[in-house]
Amino acid sequence: MVASQLPDAVQGPGPVDVVLNVNGATHVVRLEPRVSLLDCLRDHMNLTGAKKGCNQGACGACTVWVDKRRVVACLTLAIACEGREITTIEGMAENGTLHPMQKAFLSEDAFQCGYCTPGQIMSAVALLAEGHAGSDAEIGEWMSGNICRCAAYPNIRTAIRDVRDGVGGVGRATR
Amino acid sequence: MTTAIGRPLDRVDGHAKVTGAGRYSAEIALPGLAHAVLVTSRIPSGRVELIDTYDAERAEGVLAVLHHLNLPKGGSVPPLLPSLFGAAASGQTFFPMQDEVIHYAGQHLAMVVAETLDQAEHAARLVRITYQETASITTVEQGRDRAYEAEKIFAGFIPGRIARGDVAAALDRAPVTVENSYYCAANHHNPIECSATTAVWEGDRLTLYDATQGPNATLHTVAELLNVMPSHIRVVTNYVGGSFGCKAMIWDHPALAALAARAVHRPVRLALSREQMFSSVGHREEQEQRLTLGADRDGRLTAIRHHKLSPTSHFDDWAEPSLGVASQIYACPNYEGVYNLIKANTMTPTFTRCPGEASGMFVMETAMDELAEKLDLDPLELRLRNYAETEPMTGHPWSSKGLRDCYRRGAELARWSERDPRPGTRRDGNWLLGWGMASSGYPVTPPGNPQRARARIFADGSAVVQSSFSDIGTGAATAMTQVAADGLGVPLERMRIQYGDSDLPNTAAAVGSAGAGMVSAAVHIAATALRDQLIAQAVADEHSPLHGADPRQVVVSDGRMALRDRPATGETYAELLQRAFMADAEALGTWNPPGMDTPYGTMTFGAQFAQVAVDPDLGLCRVRQLIGVFDPGRVLNRKTAHSQLMGGMLWGMSHALLEGTIMGPDGRWANASLGEYLVPVNADAPDVLIETIETTDTVVNPLGVKGVGEVGMVGTAAAIANAVWHATGRRHHKLPITIESLL
Repeated sequence: MVASQLPDAVQGPGPVDVVLNVNGATHVVRLEPRVSLLDCLRDHMNLTGAKKGCNQGACGACTVWVDKRRVVACLTLAIACEGREITTIEGMAENGTLHPMQKAFLSEDAFQCGYCTPGQIMSAVALLAEGHAGSDAEIGEWMSGNICRCAAYPNIRTAIRDVRDGVGGVGRATR
Repeated sequence: MTTAIGRPLDRVDGHAKVTGAGRYSAEIALPGLAHAVLVTSRIPSGRVELIDTYDAERAEGVLAVLHHLNLPKGGSVPPLLPSLFGAAASGQTFFPMQDEVIHYAGQHLAMVVAETLDQAEHAARLVRITYQETASITTVEQGRDRAYEAEKIFAGFIPGRIARGDVAAALDRAPVTVENSYYCAANHHNPIECSATTAVWEGDRLTLYDATQGPNATLHTVAELLNVMPSHIRVVTNYVGGSFGCKAMIWDHPALAALAARAVHRPVRLALSREQMFSSVGHREEQEQRLTLGADRDGRLTAIRHHKLSPTSHFDDWAEPSLGVASQIYACPNYEGVYNLIKANTMTPTFTRCPGEASGMFVMETAMDELAEKLDLDPLELRLRNYAETEPMTGHPWSSKGLRDCYRRGAELARWSERDPRPGTRRDGNWLLGWGMASSGYPVTPPGNPQRARARIFADGSAVVQSSFSDIGTGAATAMTQVAADGLGVPLERMRIQYGDSDLPNTAAAVGSAGAGMVSAAVHIAATALRDQLIAQAVADEHSPLHGADPRQVVVSDGRMALRDRPATGETYAELLQRAFMADAEALGTWNPPGMDTPYGTMTFGAQFAQVAVDPDLGLCRVRQLIGVFDPGRVLNRKTAHSQLMGGMLWGMSHALLEGTIMGPDGRWANASLGEYLVPVNADAPDVLIETIETTDTVVNPLGVKGVGEVGMVGTAAAIANAVWHATGRRHHKLPITIESLL
């Protein structure tokens, strides 16, 4: 039995074994309890799809799902995610086939530099599941936790609409 | 033959970006990687009296604590030279941690290297610095009395004073004048990827994974800073998470990463924090501009007087060239432009998207709107009356100019003719509605050195084109694949691009909207050189169906060479190569740019229209629509080009309504975070309607590409400010336009 499963165990400040379920696979990572989920994914598990943009929950580039809810991984402690299901951008494509949202981002040019893109896509897929994609205004509001400094916002809305409506096509913002 | 160029092809790096597989410069996994964290100055001016590293050095995992007393000295700081020249390109002529003097808040004073990032961050907090603070100047207001007229700005390329005709006399005679002062807050680029360098030494050879607009700029700058031979350095830039100018020049962190790696004999990653991004990689300076326009009663400009005042660093005379495009956009016989500077306790300001054009054209295009109001003229008609048929400063012809068509089409899309010119007349509930417009222009500047690319084809008919440029999100890699496919005459799916590596053929940094033009030139020349080389081989080969043919009569498409008038006669590249037992063939392409003294005015033009809604009780301003029509020469990829223009226009919206870095009374930036430095979020961004009008330009580069990276931002702020006037009847001369100023 690992230390974290003992109810009264004091963990840290030194490194402890943390058991994490990421994209359906179980990993044991040796971490100091202060390590954020974001640094754990990027520096300890070599999963760099979640990005570090501000490290204070302002930009959304680190958005991943914990138990299917979107969270900012920079403000989430890795050790607090034991026993939960973590999903990152690396877990979105199945057997090499892109998720429809990934395809829509590609075809609608819903990104430029690509750095915020994993977070945008994790947010966008969750947004549809949450039922927050009724209108452009609603999409805009509920996607506003993810900053795109390249400002691909209109194309991001188009990509989300495409997936919502089950259609592909040329973005409205460009002709 | 053009089949690929222009198509709205999906990005070639798109799959890596939507899957998270692309590795940015702080994401390179290396055995033994150590982490460096910077310790920065809390004061804007003074000295480090004492630096106490006792606790930091003893903290767990710490490998080294480096500062001015123990940092190994290397070479010298190269001069400040724009990275478009292809040489060393220091962002400022100051390198930190060489002595105890503090020139600005946020200056890098020490660097902690540790096993893990958390250990390095923790130990960085344990470094105790005792300061001796001296008086500082950090704002225009504080330094106004010490302003001086710059001899030259912009690395010595732009004189501090430019004059033509007799402005004073023309203003005396002018029946109509408009004169105002304008203010623009400082801006920070804030790409979502913070600058980062991962440094690896193998013996005396250095590899840097660096987030840069120019791998070669990093190479040459670090070579001089460390006194290492350029041939011993390789810079790799696979992906860049945006730049907007802060990765255009080379700052101290790549060299510091290399010094740290050398000190601990390990690969080292140095990634700046978001807060450090506000005082490590330059900024757009706070500025005041004063503009006086003189015109006759028909609205024809007779005089322009345009003065700018802005703070620069102690070491460099830098101002973004705010007067440039504003002096070239309209015909006017008398002109005077002056840059005044203040030596301040800040970094050297730097390129920030639309460096100067955005701020200068906000001023010019706001003033033109006021002139139109004074004369009771339609703002668009006023601009047409002042249309510059030739470049006003030199009298040279334009290499191409489609601005008249841009005005016409933009006005059509915006239904400009239906606009009631009176302000404050249209409402939607409590929202006051307004339409405004402005002109756009961004210069086409050639790089300073020859641009190169290599095209290589294999015996199976597949090909690769190689060039060192980095793609910061512009879509350059995608567009260059299209250019290479057309040049060589192979289908897109058989053409691969390799880029972002200083070991590949040399290019200057992709800056100033010059990337697409200059790299496409090199790629086109390389691809067509390889095509011509293979055609020459075919016509000389007695076993080829093309033997003896006139090479000028041979055309290539889909990887097959054939006679123009008898397409049945020919063979594929693959057949030619395989018959000759050649596994591959390659050609280097070199483009020698035309030089800056070419006798043409070169500029991308555009026209912008904005609709805003203002709630006068709440001070809210919402942009409802942006329309932009531009003449970028040839469009290499419609999809990525329009994305660039859209991004630029939304940057213009942000410049108008959101962005401003505030200098605190302690001489530090007061809002150095993405929570407090406002940038647009999705809900702020309206739909943007973009059209491009392709003009033929035979001057700028072989494919006639004028560039789209920045022009989208020029004029947007003025179009919005003019729309706010149209909605409310109030003029705004200060950016950003805030809630307080709208109440």
